[in-house]
Amino acid sequence: MKENLYNYILGIADNSLILGQRLGELCGHGPTLETDIACTNISLDLFGQVRSYFQYAAKIAEDERTEDDIAMLRKEREYKNVLLVEQPNTDFAYTIGRQFLFDVYHLAFLSELEKSKDLTLSAIAKKCIKEVRYHERFSSDWVKRLGDGTEESKAKMQDAINTLWTYTDELFHQTEADKTMVNEGIGVDVTTLKDAYYKSVNDLLIEATLEVPESKYFQKGGKEGIHTEHLGYLLSDLQYMQRTYPNMEW
Amino acid sequence: MSEEQIKNLEDQFEARIARDEKIEPKDWMPEKYRKTHIRQMSQHAHSEIVGMLPEGNWITRAPSLRRKVALLAKVQDEAGHGLYLYSATETLGISRDEMYEQLHTGKAKYSSIFNYPTITWADMGAIGWLVDGAAIINQVPLCNTSYGPYARAMIRVCKEESFHQRQGYEIMIKLANGTPEQKEMAQDALNRWWWPSLMMLGPTDDVSVHTEQSMKWKLKRKSNDDLRQQFIDQTVPQADLIGLTIPDPDLKWNEEKGSYDFGEINWDEFWQVVKGHGPMNKERMKARLGAWERGEWVRDAAMAHAEKKQERKERQAV
Amino acid sequence: MKKNWPLWEIFVRSKNGLEHRHCGSLHAADEDMALENARDVYTRRNEGVSIWVVESKNITASNPENNGELFEPAQDKVYRHPTFYDLPDEVKHM
Repeated sequence: MKENLYNYILGIADNSLILGQRLGELCGHGPTLETDIACTNISLDLFGQVRSYFQYAAKIAEDERTEDDIAMLRKEREYKNVLLVEQPNTDFAYTIGRQFLFDVYHLAFLSELEKSKDLTLSAIAKKCIKEVRYHERFSSDWVKRLGDGTEESKAKMQDAINTLWTYTDELFHQTEADKTMVNEGIGVDVTTLKDAYYKSVNDLLIEATLEVPESKYFQKGGKEGIHTEHLGYLLSDLQYMQRTYPNMEW
Repeated sequence: MSEEQIKNLEDQFEARIARDEKIEPKDWMPEKYRKTHIRQMSQHAHSEIVGMLPEGNWITRAPSLRRKVALLAKVQDEAGHGLYLYSATETLGISRDEMYEQLHTGKAKYSSIFNYPTITWADMGAIGWLVDGAAIINQVPLCNTSYGPYARAMIRVCKEESFHQRQGYEIMIKLANGTPEQKEMAQDALNRWWWPSLMMLGPTDDVSVHTEQSMKWKLKRKSNDDLRQQFIDQTVPQADLIGLTIPDPDLKWNEEKGSYDFGEINWDEFWQVVKGHGPMNKERMKARLGAWERGEWVRDAAMAHAEKKQERKERQAV
Repeated sequence: MKKNWPLWEIFVRSKNGLEHRHCGSLHAADEDMALENARDVYTRRNEGVSIWVVESKNITASNPENNGELFEPAQDKVYRHPTFYDLPDEVKHM
């Protein structure tokens, strides 16, 4: 089995899985019916991506593992998503802020992944990129609305950005395993995406009349499986059925 | 207008409906027609959005990715259907906010079935199979109802809902053919959802109000008892097929009338839930109201932003 | 503040070459949001290739009370339709 590739795919897929799960929590609880439907669409896109990645991973694993085993039967430390996507839906500003900060990265990442030597990954990236372009448009528009809306919404949006900012640097952190994949021409060198990322994000925040956080203190660890306390609760929901009723088909 | 003129208009109006013509928003209509439609259509819309909650409850815990996306898409459709129906109701001169207000203050009703809790995964199967099954029986005739916007919304709803019942029944098939534990889960869900589903088709004909008027306006095509019989006759063989037992000892095939006889429905329970004392009435309202209140600053911000944008545009034009 | 999002009418072109058709309405704060919402609400099942949004208040509709004078006079103008004209059987297509 191609261990490195397998792990690399999981790292990408886990971001979509955990973010999709977070958005799924909101279904039925959005600020308007229209936004509820829009956020669910994003969640559905992300789960669709997850399935493509995990089905590919299951093929590489060359054992009994299915997409669902991979998605739902790993231990806390084996999930490799970045800390950003596991942050909770504190309020709609956090949901939008998290989405926006991830979307800008996600779009840049997929544009590079499309050039991967691994043809399956390249094909998945090609399909996902259209979806994510829309996500980025949706979340940027909402950051602008909330930033340049009322006093209250501006304060809330700024608070969300300030809090979530801590988790942005990790997006560009490269693990040893990542490096191997980059060297093989399969993986994306995320370090090269950083400058353009902060440029786009900063420009949009300014357009949204928000302040660009100045904090230089960042958190990382998700890519190595060291998560915030939030992830455990999310996983207990995600894994509930598979854990309580093991080895069954649904 | 004199009473005679109104009477005349009403006669013409009823004649149009009898000729199967559609009534459109700007057409003259009797006040009672407008009110009845606002009531029924908004109630229908409310049912869609409150109906998102019991199923939404299991989105994060769906047992597989395939089930998760299907459930998400289904619950999302319910939001869409609520939206179509609210929009259609708005053509009668009431705003969505006013309708929400009526829901939140308990003035407007929604389908009582959603006041039951979803406690196991099999409930997702039972709801899709039974609750959507009963809903379809209610809804299909509405595609030909007399009020144009309602009929058009229902055509869209029915088209989209065609996968909902299958989604539920497929969950049940899988459970019924699964391990003993899974089969037990499926049977338990059927036991809990069967009677509320029968109640969903409304009180018996002898106590049902509005029926005659509703028939004339094509808000109803068949009586509640007929719809219930239709539902039972189509559902029993589906339960048999997957080896589940309908929880009614009095259920048996009546050769003579060509349909099933069934046991007594507990109408006291029905009225208790309708009056707001079901297992989940308070939680459902709290969830809806909570979402609405938490969303207020978001809605305000979007409006404020739109106004600023408009002002900037106008300033540039000068 | 309590200002509700206005209502928009949504028109969707289902395929290249067809006209946009009215498919319903929705609420949105501005035209950009109306377009995005329309995409999410009315084209979830691959129903469209183009969307128009118009704020409902900008639509002027004919009054059904005038239907007699507006539409009935056209009913007897049969000479506007090809079937009004006699052709010899030999002319198959015209």
